[in-house]
Amino acid sequence: MNDTYDIRGSELHIEVHKFRAGAIILATAFALVLQAFLPIYFPKTSILDLPLLIVIYFGLSRRNPSTGLLLGMVIGILQDSLSGPTVPLGLYGIAKTIIGYLASSIGARLDTEHPAARFALTISFFAVHQGIIALTRRLLLSQPEPWFTMHLGIAALVNAFVAVFLFMLLDRLRKPS
Amino acid sequence: MVGIPSRHRSIFLLGGVVLLQVLLLAVQIKRDSQGRLIRVWTVGAVSPFERAGAHGVSHIRDTWNHYFALQNTSRENEELKRENGALKLQITQLQSKAGEADRLAALLKFRQTNVDVPMISARVISGSADSGSQTIYLDRGERDGIRKNMGVITPDGVVGKVIESYKDTAQVLLLTDEHSGVGAMLVESRLQGPVGGTGEPLLVMKYIPNDDNVNSGERVVTSGMDRIFPRDLPVGTIAEIKPGIPFKQLRVKPAASLERLEEVFVLLTMKPLELKQESPAPNSAAPPATAPSAAATNPVPPEKP
Repeated sequence: MNDTYDIRGSELHIEVHKFRAGAIILATAFALVLQAFLPIYFPKTSILDLPLLIVIYFGLSRRNPSTGLLLGMVIGILQDSLSGPTVPLGLYGIAKTIIGYLASSIGARLDTEHPAARFALTISFFAVHQGIIALTRRLLLSQPEPWFTMHLGIAALVNAFVAVFLFMLLDRLRKPS
Repeated sequence: MVGIPSRHRSIFLLGGVVLLQVLLLAVQIKRDSQGRLIRVWTVGAVSPFERAGAHGVSHIRDTWNHYFALQNTSRENEELKRENGALKLQITQLQSKAGEADRLAALLKFRQTNVDVPMISARVISGSADSGSQTIYLDRGERDGIRKNMGVITPDGVVGKVIESYKDTAQVLLLTDEHSGVGAMLVESRLQGPVGGTGEPLLVMKYIPNDDNVNSGERVVTSGMDRIFPRDLPVGTIAEIKPGIPFKQLRVKPAASLERLEEVFVLLTMKPLELKQESPAPNSAAPPATAPSAAATNPVPPEKP
């Protein structure tokens, strides 16, 4: 079975990557565990959103919106479950579902292998993710969530910077084409 | 072979998944004042249909009651019409009684004001048998002290004089009869002249020279010169003024409502006396005459029959 096909006819030639067995599950579990434990020993690392980076990466790589949004939903709900009592189930789930869908949809149209593209896309997705979180908190939870702060801007840059290297590591989990 | 992902299918899937999670959120979120958010949403989503349903049921019920379920309406309508007629009749009777009470109150007040003047109240029991004469019959007669030529008045003014007195009834010639007359004078100019009837609603004042100034609406009162009626009792008001030869032709509107008489007073004396009129009587065409208070200081005893 050929993993590469022309998804936009004659316009682009974009690969749909497949990963080793259990790669997605292991990566997801690893990201969630790190997200939960790292801030305990390294508080500064709380600025990272590793589950989001996992969703973005696999969404861009798999390039299947349905798969991407379902993966985003699962990771988001797991993150909600591991979060504190102030985070109801579904808060991150909604945001990451949408991010998974958008990443898969954009990955099916653009070449996202270049580090610069990944950096820019991660910043964009991080902003969208925070926007959805803020919107959900404001509308459903009636919580005063800011749309943008300097901390969020720095977090977007840091996550994008980390994403560039994390994505390179995750590329190694791909099946050779 | 790898299938091309369906954009629409994924969009629907996205919507469904997001919706599920929103519902999951709503189940968890509890608002202090309104309970759980899912309940708020459910109520908000269902209540418009409930309102519409209630409105529809009400509309259908109204339509049914007002257009179809009318079996008893005609019968009820007939009963209501009968009840309405009975109520109208009752209202008329009550209004009549109220009017009678007002008249009697006015008579009583007039009587109390002139307590020293010998007079007796009487009820009008019938009118003239022929249309050519203006007479009425009272329910009192000789037994009550009523004699011929006694004056008959109401609180509004002069009515006429007794022309026949029987045992229990008396016949009164109204001021509007062509054979009737009363000594009168104009209030402002103090010009005197007899006022008599013509058989018509308006009276005629005679012997007022053309040179004398008379105003329309001027009041006419009794002069006391006829020795039947006391002085300054209202007779009427000037309604029409026409020059004549050699006297003016003055038409006078009677002060008393001669066409609607029900209760009157008969003056039980032939001697000159004066009446007090402290306040205008109801439905009086003319203001009260300014009578001196001589009656209070010089009362006239009732004449013995």
